[in-house]
This record gives sequence, structure tokens and C-alpha cells, in this order.
Amino acid sequence: MLHTINKSPFENTTLETCVRFVQPDDPILFIEDGVYAVQANNRFAALVGDTLKSNPVYALQPDLDARGIADITEGVVAVDYEGFVELVEEHQVNSWL
Amino acid sequence: MKIGILLKEGPYNHQASDTAYKFAEAAIKKGHTVDAVFLYNDGVTNVTKHMDPPQDDRDIAGRWNELKQKHGVEVLACIAASKRRGISDEVIIEGGEITGLGTLTDIAIRNDRLVTFGD
Amino acid sequence: MEDNTDVKKIMHVMRRAPHGSIYTYEGLEMILIMAAYEQDLSVAFIGDGVYALKEDQDTAGIGIKGFAKTFMALDGYDVEKLYVDKTSLEERGLTEDDLLVDVEVLASEEIGRLMNEQDVVVPH
Repeated sequence: MLHTINKSPFENTTLETCVRFVQPDDPILFIEDGVYAVQANNRFAALVGDTLKSNPVYALQPDLDARGIADITEGVVAVDYEGFVELVEEHQVNSWL
Repeated sequence: MKIGILLKEGPYNHQASDTAYKFAEAAIKKGHTVDAVFLYNDGVTNVTKHMDPPQDDRDIAGRWNELKQKHGVEVLACIAASKRRGISDEVIIEGGEITGLGTLTDIAIRNDRLVTFGD
Repeated sequence: MEDNTDVKKIMHVMRRAPHGSIYTYEGLEMILIMAAYEQDLSVAFIGDGVYALKEDQDTAGIGIKGFAKTFMALDGYDVEKLYVDKTSLEERGLTEDDLLVDVEVLASEEIGRLMNEQDVVVPH
């Protein structure tokens, strides 16, 4: 199951909630305001780093670019919309709106 | 692969319509079939035909129209959600259609994926 | 034996508080329609979604139609798989006794496992 998160972790608990439910190896993709979670050295870097030990973590490149985020937490993979589609090819989707 | 999209938020206020569109575009480019975009909650306001954004802004309703015309993607607004919000056949774009939640159920059943966008 | 491929496992996920926004109410309307299609439906209540099941809701004063009792009717539509996240209840100082419907209270990992078995997950 691919989990998408579209909320900034600074004003919404979606990320913290989602990681309680995610099964090992399931990919997490940050989109829209969700991408603020993966900015390097922010308050959520440790949580994202921990999650990376059991799950692949992706962030949508156009959303990172739109928000001026160039430096992302090590291990997080940036993908474009086609990369998003490729993740959907491999997995059912659970959007954590 | 056959993909259905559920869009639960109105245009402009939130990025959901834009992400849904970009996702649909990329899926089609990769050779997938985007069967339908089903509009729910405030999402039904995506297909109102009198949208007139400034010239340098994207035309969200026009984009859905184009997706229907060029790629045969059904753009369907839920009738119950539409009635609540004053959306009727008279005010929607040519490529849009108002239909019931049963259609969404069919979309969920007949596609390999249902991908939801919203707030 | 192979599963009947015509029947899909569809989970609806309630994560919003009722009344403050329409998501839970329109989500419930969607569930009631889908119930007629004989799919394998379930509903998970997570985060503020658990408030939708809180007993003693009285919406008369806010001028919005209440719908908490409609969740009690889901059983009659053969929607019997109602899962509530234990952590979400506890975080909110609630117990199963505060809920007006019979539900299965499960650990987050267990609901996560059930999510992974789904063909479709619809967030509300």
C-alpha cells in the first residue's frame, strides 16, 4: 500500500498518525504541503529518518521546487509525477487527507 | 492499467485539483487509462462553466474539459453533492456530467486503482 | 479457493470530527450507497474520526442535521466491519463505552494490516 501525505507536519498530525498504521516496506509519498516534512534538519527529520529504516520515503519534486526546498533528509527520494504514477503501478493507494 | 480518480476538493482553494490533473496527465503519458475523475464534496465545483480566472492563471474547468475531449476521461460530479452546492446540468462544462454515487462504486470496482485527492 | 474477483475490499477511513466539516457526513452517504453493491465494505475510525461515534451528540443548537445515529443503522445495510483505533480513543480520553455503536477497537498496527488487504481505501 502506497501512503500519501499532503499536510504540513507543523500544523497537522497526519504524519504522526500515518506512521502508526504503515506496514513495513510500504512506501510513503509526501505531496503538496506534506513535503515540508522532508526538509533537512527540521523538527521531523528524526521521525523521517526512523521511518526510513523500515519504509521507503518519497517526496514529489515539483512540490519541493514550488516551496523552495532543495535540501531534503538523507534517504528520501524525490520523484516527479511519473514517479508518482510508477508507485501507483506497484501499490494500491491510501491517501491520508 | 486502469485508474480511477476521486477528487474531493474544489478548485483554486486547495492544490488537490492541480495534483489530480498532473497525476492524470502523467498516467496517460505512461500509457495508462484514466477511466474517470469522480468529483465529491466541494470537488463538484471543479466543473462549473463560468470560471473565468485571470489570463496568467490556469483554467481548471477548461483543463478537465480537455482531459475528457482529448483522452476520453469521464469527469463526473456526484449528484447529491452537486445539488447541495447548486451545481446542475445548466452550469457545468460540456465535458462534465452529473451522476450518482453508484457510478463511483462501479469506478472503484472496475479499475485497478482508485486514487484520491483532496484537502 | 480463489477469491471472487468481482467483490472488492473497500475500506472507508473516517479521520475528521463531525459537524465542523461535511466530510464525515458525506462519507456516510457514500458508504450507504456503496453498501447496496455487495462489496466487502469496512469503516475505520481514526484520529478525530472517532468523535463521529461519540454518544450524546445534540446538533439542534448549531442548525446542522445530526447523523450519529445513522452509524447505528449501518448494521442493517450489512456494513458490520467497524474498526476504531485504540490509540485515537485513548488520546481523546474516551473508551468504547462512550461510543454509540458496537465496534471493534483495534491497535493501530492491526488496522494497518487490514488496510493493506484492501483493494480500495477511501478517505473522508
